[in-house]
Amino acid sequence: MSGDKVTKALLFLSSLTVLLLSAGIVLSLTGGAIPAFREYGPGFITSTLWNPTTGSEEYGALPFIAGTVITSLLALLLCIPMAFSTSLFIAEYFRGTRTAGILRSLVDMLAGIPSIVYGFWGFYALRPLLISTGLTDQGFGIFTASIVLAIMIVPYATSLSAEIIAMVPSELKEAAYSLGATRREVIFSVIIPSARSGIVASFILALGRALGETMAVTMLIGNANIIPKGLFSPGNTMASVIANQFGEADGLKLSALIAIGLLLFAITALVNAAGKFIIRRFA
Amino acid sequence: MSDTQTAEPVLKIEGLSIAYEPGRYAVKDVSATVKRNSITAIMGPSGCGKSTLLRAMNRMHELYPNIETRGDILLDGQSIFSMSVIELRRKVGMVFQRPNPFPNMTIYENVVAGYSLNDIRLKKNQRDEIVENALRNVTLWDEVKEFLYRKGTFLSGGQQQRLCVARAIAFNPEVLLLDEPTSALDPIATSKIEDLLGELKKQYTIVLVTHNMSQAARISDDSMFMYLGELVEAGRTETLFTTPKDARTEAYLTGKFG
Ligand SMILES: Nc1ncnc2c1ncn2[C@@H]1O[C@H](COP(=O)(O)OP(=O)(O)OP(=O)(O)O)[C@@H](O)[C@H]1O
Ligand SMILES: [Mg+2]
Repeated sequence: MSGDKVTKALLFLSSLTVLLLSAGIVLSLTGGAIPAFREYGPGFITSTLWNPTTGSEEYGALPFIAGTVITSLLALLLCIPMAFSTSLFIAEYFRGTRTAGILRSLVDMLAGIPSIVYGFWGFYALRPLLISTGLTDQGFGIFTASIVLAIMIVPYATSLSAEIIAMVPSELKEAAYSLGATRREVIFSVIIPSARSGIVASFILALGRALGETMAVTMLIGNANIIPKGLFSPGNTMASVIANQFGEADGLKLSALIAIGLLLFAITALVNAAGKFIIRRFA
Repeated sequence: MSDTQTAEPVLKIEGLSIAYEPGRYAVKDVSATVKRNSITAIMGPSGCGKSTLLRAMNRMHELYPNIETRGDILLDGQSIFSMSVIELRRKVGMVFQRPNPFPNMTIYENVVAGYSLNDIRLKKNQRDEIVENALRNVTLWDEVKEFLYRKGTFLSGGQQQRLCVARAIAFNPEVLLLDEPTSALDPIATSKIEDLLGELKKQYTIVLVTHNMSQAARISDDSMFMYLGELVEAGRTETLFTTPKDARTEAYLTGKFG
């Protein structure tokens, strides 16, 4: 065999390994989830009960689905103004300047901070601040988790949007300037409309990250297995309930946790696919 | 160059020097005039500063943040650097090398983009009139009147370029700047644009950057030849082509470089 063929064969084998691994993960998740789904059927997704007492065991995923969706959407809402303005700053207003370069590195640095450190910061810095406002006793809950989650996804949304904004052809901007448009008019009438779908997609991808974020959320959300009653109510997300309970789980409970994992996987995959589809289709 | 000064010039360039980076001049001490209702061609080898000089005429060169400009350009006797850029760019419109209609706008919206971008509100019938006039002026009306509400990017390259000319003249500017407007077009689309420029000069003053010497010879009244940032020679196109004064002009015209 020639060297070329060997390389090709090796590359093929390693990509096959990746493929087999992901298929294996899905298969073992599905296998593990079967007992829970067999026991509760589709009601597993809509049930709000979570009772691990032996004898009267009852498991439902709705509180966690709700917790995940609410914290992630709230985080996204908080993230949009920060990420959108930062990406405009980096990719348009201060494009190519030192200031933009510094800001970009700072944003990248944010992306590199481990989740546990965010959780720590939320626990020791953000929580006391929220308690001091008097809105919450303990400082744990949906809102606290969402703020930290928002900060955590800002870097992804920012760098993706900045890339999209920087891709708007300079010919279009020049055309607008040559018609007497101001900077602001160019941004709002040319750049944002041309980059719109890409920007939307970058926020969808950021949402995908928020959905699965575990450590920081687990530390801050209050870990109550209920549907959150308000902004400052404690709750639990799909990822955090797994992180909290898988250690002592067996039998039906373990299967229920695995089923939640499988659902989370499916939701995240769907959201990411939607984001990628929009990017590829319109950007 | 006495013959270029007979009519009152629309544009008067005085000792203009432009550097993208400190000390590295892309345009060096250029002085020239542009006559009203004529086509002035700017020629020269790649990188000689044609685009930079052209873009200075409506201050588009200032989009580069570190640009350094010396000298002056007068539009009807008034320094363009003392006007607001918005006002200036409405008087001095521009068409680019590659057709660049706004992809998110319809043909109709593209023509009036100058108004909408500047938040100038017009009545529907005023807008309709501007669109029809501009499209008629660029001989595009009959081709697109059925599809005014379709995206401009569906048109052919040549049609798109004429749409861009329409967009530039919708403000009724005094001067129209064109930077190699036909270099991305096929010969038929090119000759349409050339015919069009011949018509448009009755209403507007046209400055055209071109790499194509026969194009300059065909349609321009006056020509400028630039080399390494300097304006080597300027004058009536016939004169410049038949009896160039400078050896570098002659070398360029006979295809020795460029
Ligand atoms: N944005 C820029 N930054 C730095 N230098 C530039 C920039 N644009 C042009 N230049 C330099 O300025 C000089 C003149 O460029 P210009 O684009 O005006 O030439 P041109 O005659 O239009 O060339 P062409 O025929 O290739 O379009 C060149 O040396 C070029 O490298
Ligand atoms: Mg050029």
